[in-house]
This record gives sequence, structure tokens and C-alpha cells, in this order.
Amino acid sequence: MVEQIDLSQVNWARAQFALTAMYHWIFVPLTLGLSFLVAFFESIYVRTANEEWKRLTKFWMTLFGINFAIGVATGIILEFEFGTNWSNYSWMVGDIFGAPLAVEGIFAFFLEATFFAVMFFGWNRVSKGFHLFSTWMVAIGSNLSALWILVANGWMQFPVGMKFNPDTARFEMHNFWDILFSPVAISKFTHATSSGFLLASLFVVGVSSWYLLQERHQTMARRSIIVASVFGLLSAAYVGFTGDEAAYSVAQRQPMKLAAMEGLFDGQTNAPLVAAGLINSAKKPGDNQQPCGMEIKIPGLLSLLANREIGSFVPGINDLVFGNKEHNIMGAVERIEKGRIAVELLRTYKEARKAGNTALAETTLKDFQDFADHLGYGYLRAPAEAVPPVGITFYAFHIMVITGAIFPLVFLLFLYFQARGTLDYQRWLQVLGLFCIPLGYISSQAGWVLAEVGRQPWAIQGLLPVTVANTRLSTGAVQTTFFVFLGLFTLLMIAEISIMLKQINIGPEEN
Amino acid sequence: MIGNLDYSTLQAIWWIIASLVGSLFLFLTFVQGGQTLLFTVPRGDEEKALIINSLGRKWELTFTTLVLFGGALFAAFPKFYATSFGGAYWVWMLILFTFIIQAVSYEYRKKPNNFLGAATYESFLFINGSVGILLIGAAVGTFFTGSSFSLNEYNQVTWQTPYRGLEAARNFFNLSLGLFLVFNARALGAMYLVNNIDHKPLTDRCRQSCWKSFLWSLPFLLFVLVNLLFMPGHAVNPDTGEIFLQNGKYLRNLFGNPVTLLLLLLGLVLVIYGVVLTRFKAKNCGIWYAGIGTVLVGLAVFFLAGFNNTAFYPSTFDPQSSLTIFNASSSHYTLTAMTYVALTVPFVLAYIAYVWKQMDSRKLSMAELQNESPDEMY
Repeated sequence: MVEQIDLSQVNWARAQFALTAMYHWIFVPLTLGLSFLVAFFESIYVRTANEEWKRLTKFWMTLFGINFAIGVATGIILEFEFGTNWSNYSWMVGDIFGAPLAVEGIFAFFLEATFFAVMFFGWNRVSKGFHLFSTWMVAIGSNLSALWILVANGWMQFPVGMKFNPDTARFEMHNFWDILFSPVAISKFTHATSSGFLLASLFVVGVSSWYLLQERHQTMARRSIIVASVFGLLSAAYVGFTGDEAAYSVAQRQPMKLAAMEGLFDGQTNAPLVAAGLINSAKKPGDNQQPCGMEIKIPGLLSLLANREIGSFVPGINDLVFGNKEHNIMGAVERIEKGRIAVELLRTYKEARKAGNTALAETTLKDFQDFADHLGYGYLRAPAEAVPPVGITFYAFHIMVITGAIFPLVFLLFLYFQARGTLDYQRWLQVLGLFCIPLGYISSQAGWVLAEVGRQPWAIQGLLPVTVANTRLSTGAVQTTFFVFLGLFTLLMIAEISIMLKQINIGPEEN
Repeated sequence: MIGNLDYSTLQAIWWIIASLVGSLFLFLTFVQGGQTLLFTVPRGDEEKALIINSLGRKWELTFTTLVLFGGALFAAFPKFYATSFGGAYWVWMLILFTFIIQAVSYEYRKKPNNFLGAATYESFLFINGSVGILLIGAAVGTFFTGSSFSLNEYNQVTWQTPYRGLEAARNFFNLSLGLFLVFNARALGAMYLVNNIDHKPLTDRCRQSCWKSFLWSLPFLLFVLVNLLFMPGHAVNPDTGEIFLQNGKYLRNLFGNPVTLLLLLLGLVLVIYGVVLTRFKAKNCGIWYAGIGTVLVGLAVFFLAGFNNTAFYPSTFDPQSSLTIFNASSSHYTLTAMTYVALTVPFVLAYIAYVWKQMDSRKLSMAELQNESPDEMY
């Protein structure tokens, strides 16, 4: 299998998946959060029967609709791309991975699709109560769809509830509940959805700030800011809490990703957290170069965050590549050796079965089980391949955290000045609010870059490298679709932004 | 309870579920069919807006059903997912492109500063309704005519043609099935609009268009049916799993399974009845008869392909690589878990029907279109 790998084709397939996923993730977090904000606004309208709140609700709903459409457009390709570009993945783990995707369709997408029509076109066709119910259903449906796809992604990061079947040469589901309630799945779901709430709050605060700067629709803008700042502040706190949980989970289950996040090559007890720094891109595992320059370090913090234990040992990239006997860590070097034995034994087993040699098949299978845990490593060509791109992972992590730390302060400031009744005069804060929209998007994208690039070279952590997971396609075919997607999605995004800006400029319906 | 069912029963259940979702999708392609009427049936922008707004309240159901069809196949028959999507790369990519451009078109068509202009979004809708459905039909056609691929012992697919699935559209059977689906969707679209819109000049034209589309669909339908009865098919020996070419395989399947024969005949009668009601009896309910008829015909087609020891995704290059519902399915455990999940489907169908009824209790009229604020209209 290994000898047939076409690396450039794999990299184009990775680039295409990254491109389409990143485009999709531009629109999804706003949908996740704005759907709830619109539901809050409409709930206030239904409670107060104040037509101003209805106008406000309809305005944000219009922006929601524009964003939702392109979210749907960019989303459909992701589901099918697993088949088109990662067909071996689809076969090898489809028994497990397909289920949450199907459940997502049944439980979430129909909820969204059905009630979306009521939300937009039902104002004069259904009762007020049923309309509000529909708006809530769209919010719940959107977030339920996030649950299932993040369960699927959580499983890619930390595969549980399955076993390898050597006869079919695939992984098969063993326990559905282990997959659904995997701690990584829960942590992914809570962190990603709350980051969506945060981004949508930033969006509402930012757009409202623009109205304040323009001195237009000020009442609507202030009302929107209050609701969005409260929601944003609560979400930001939750993002922080779940982020800590996610980082702990990474440390325990994907130590290589953690080491790359921090640019940590040599494991340490009482390891410091690198709060900021520059990665030395020439640094390779095992050499003597400095991994990082101009660092700002916080002593001992990484040990505490990674293991929740002061002074504990945090393994570095070198420990995970070459092994560390003192801390009982088996390195990629040793795992690759064992993995290659597993690959060979699997081949022998399948040949023996084909030839009807039951005795040989049985003994080989027994031997194979001893090495099965390392099977995925058998497909890596060199130990250095086990290391994700350190620079991208490091910077993505730090951009996410540093920008993320600003947002709760911004919400607090908005609430503070609103409470004092002087928000209209704080031009600097309004400018900051506006500036936070792109910052929020950068932070959000960085989070996913970290999650996915940090998992490399694996499609399924430790089990299936991307070089085995892909479809046998020509590089040209994947290049073609890559550029078609790039062109099409860029075109559609320009249209979306252009429409969105125009609608914001028009503003809510006048009384 | 479900866990006690034997493996082959679960595999059959999942073929039925996947067939049902696929057939419901074929019914819901009335949205795509309606999109192809945009350039011929309406007179003026207002009538066009009526059609767009009427279809615009349903397009997501069709879209979601397609996504669920993919999800169900992934979960229940992952080897099909891997083989067909990975192998017939270009045909699936093209189908997906037509759905990507559809998804933004309703929302963006009439919005100010939409960058591409209304006509572009309308042509996106037309492409989705014509090319998209044609290719889906051609892809389903390969369930009978087969594709040229092989699988190795690790089930990795190697496609034998550089066209990667597009060659399906060169086969007249596949093409006919695709064209039949396009014209059937057009007829369904016209029937849906008759049912959903209160504007006589437009609905009168829809009735005529429905009849024309139906007449256009007939030769392709007949060609497909006659071929199905006489073409050889890939049969599987249930004891050895060996796959071999058998003459009149689908004829055997049809008469070997009275349910399939009944579904096919009843479905055809219902479709014809729906069309006749719409065109000659001035009734508005034709869509329901023709819609249910389409579902039944769809079920019959999928059952012919998958049941009675038949390879539903045959390989003409290496028959032993062909996929059957037995060798392509998920494990017993996964099929069991997914069957429990599928028990919720009637609940989903019930709330969709309830909301549909609520929203469509009053027909869409020109007056409503003119009085609504622009943000409540497409």
C-alpha cells in the first residue's frame, strides 16, 4: 500500500478539504450564535409585544438568512468529500463515522430546513407563538447538527468505541455510547458551539457599533448591544472554561499536538507555558537548534494546565519521536517498527485466508493482535512524519488564545458604558467593537486550524494516516476541483459580503 | 429487539430505508423541476417571483433529503460510499456543484447588490434542475448498467476510465433514466405549483406544461422499462458470494418479488392519474398522486437493483468487485444502532407534514406577494 502513495495528490486533497472546511467555518459560527440571538430578540418581542423588537428581530433574521444560505452551500460538499477524496477513509472507518452523519441528517437538518421556512415566511401564516417556536427550533436544529458533526470530529481526534476487524480490514463500531459521550466529543461540541455564540455576539455588537458611529438606528443598536454583550460575555466565559478542558484533553490524548502547540521539543517537568514567541522553522526533531525565539514564558503553567498537577512532566516532540524510558513513553521510532510488523502480519493473514491455510491464518492473527495497536504507524515512512507542522499549530493556538482573551473585556466595556448611559459618546469603543468582527473570525478560524493541522499526519489519530486514507485519483483531478472550489466559493462569498453590507447599510425597516 | 435480528435482515431493512429516502428525494425533485420552468412558464417578473417564492419554501427539504440519502448510504453501505463517490469522482462532483449553486440562489436572487445579477441566479436554478437531475439519473442508471472499477483486498477502488463516472452519461440507458427524471421532475414541479399558487393564468400554463413534460418523459420511461426487462444483470450466488452475469436478471427480480411488481405498476398508474387530474380535470391535488407514485416507482427501481441476490453496484471490469447489500454494508452492530435511530423517522415526517400543512393552508397569491415586505420574500 505504502509504495503507491502519491504525496502530492494527498497534499492537494488535504488542501481541498482545508479550503472547503475553512470556507464553511466562515459562515457556520455566525449561524450557530445568531440563531440563538434572533430567538432571544423574538422572545422579547413576544413577551413585550413591542413592534420595535419585531423590527429588530426581522433585521437580524435577514442577515441570518443571507449567511445561512452560503453556509448550506459550502456544507454539502464536506459530507460528500469524505467519499470523493477520502474513499479509503470512508471504507476503513465508515462503519463508525457514517452513523453520526446520518443521525445529523435525521435529527438536525430536517429541523432546520422545516422551521426555517416558517421563520422567514410564516409571520402572517402561523400564530405568534408557533413562529417563535419555529425560530427556537432553527437555533436548536443548527446546534444539534454541530453536535453530531463534532462527535464525528471528536472521534477522529480520539477514536473510541471500536475495534479493528482484520477480515474486512476496517474498524467497526463496538459501542455507540462511547462514541457519543467521548470526553473529546463533548469538549469539541461545547467549545466549538460556544465559540460560535461568541463570534455571533461580536458580529451583533460590531454591526450595532457601526450604527452608533453613523448615528443611525441608535435605539435598535443599543438594544442589540445589551442582549449580545450579555450573551457574548457568558459565552466567552464558557469558551474559556471549555478551552481549558479541550487543552487538557489534548494533553492527555494527543500529546504530540500539545507539544506542537507550545513548540516544546524537549519534555520538561515543571514546564513553562510559552505565552508568545517565534518558532524556528528550521528546527527538526533531535537536532540542537533552539525551537523558539523571543519567547515570553510563564513558569510552570504548562505542567499545571496539561496535567492539572504542579511540576508534572510534559512530553516534548523529541520524547514522542524517539521515546523516553524514564517517563515510560514509546516513541514513534519504535511504534513504526512495530507497525510495520503489524502491516506485514496483516498481509500474511489475508494471504493465508485466501489460500485456505487456516492454521497459518490463526497463528498470524494471534501475532497480529500483539502489534495491532501500532498498525497505523506502520504506514509512516519516517519518524519525523509523526510530527505535525509545528509552526502552523503553534501560531494558530496562540492567535486563538490571545485574540480570545480580548473579547470578554470588550463585552464588559460595552455593558459598563451602557449601564452608565454614555455608550453613545465612546467612539473609541464603537471602533473597537467594529474591529472585533474580523478579529473574531480570525480567532475562530485559528481554532479549527489548530484542531486539524495539529492532528496531522493522522486522519484518525494514531490509526489511519492521511496518506492511506485518500482516494486513488490523479493529482490533476484534485487540483482542478481545488481551483473550482476556490473560484466558486470566493465568488459566492463576494456576493454574500456584498449583499450583507448592503442590508446593513439599509438597516432595519423604519417605523 | 432489533439486536436479535439476523445480519441479512438488517441489511435488507437498510436497503429499504435507503431506497425510501432516495425515492422521497425523487418526489421532492419537484423543486428542481419547478426551477426548469422559470424560463418558459411565467409571463413577467411577478409570475416568476410567485414560482420562486413557492419553490423557495420547499427547496431545503429536497436538499436535506439528498444530504440524508448520502448520510444513510455512508452509515449503512460505506463500501458503496467509498467506491462510488471515490471512483465516479467527476459525476458526483458535478452533481454537487449544481446543488452548491442552488443553495444560494433563492436567497440572493433578488437581494440588492447581489454581485452576479438575478439572471445568473436563475440560471443556477435551471442548471441544478436540469444538469443536476440528469446526472443523478445517469448515476442511478449505473446500478443496472454497471461501472468499470476494481477493488483490491483492502477494498481500495481503482477506476478503469479516465472519465471517472462521466462515461455513465454516454450510455443511452443511463441517459434515458436521467432524462426521464428531468421530465418527471418538471411535471411534478408544475403539479406542485398548481397546488401551491393562486393565480389562474400561471397555473393554467403549469397544467399544460405538466402534460407536455409528461409526454416528453414517456419515450425515455418506455426505453428504460423495456431495457430493464430484457437486459442481463449481475447476480450473486448466496452460498459462495460469487457474482455472475445472468440473462433477464431484472425480469426475474420483477416477477420473483410481487411487491416490486406491484409498487412499479401502482406507482406508474398514480403518476399518470396525477397528471390526468391536473391537465384534464382541473384538479389541484395531482401532485400528491404523482408524488406518491414517484416514490413507489423509485422504491421498485431500487428494489430491482438491490434485492433477490443482485449486485446493486456492479463492476463490468471485474464482476467479483461488484457491491451487494451483503458485502457493502456496515457491521451488525452499526446497522442495529442505526435502526434504532431510524425509528424516529416517522416523527420527523410527522412534523414536516404538520408544518407543511400550516404553511400551505393558504395558497400563495399575487396580492400576498405585493403586500409583503421585501425581507419576507425571495
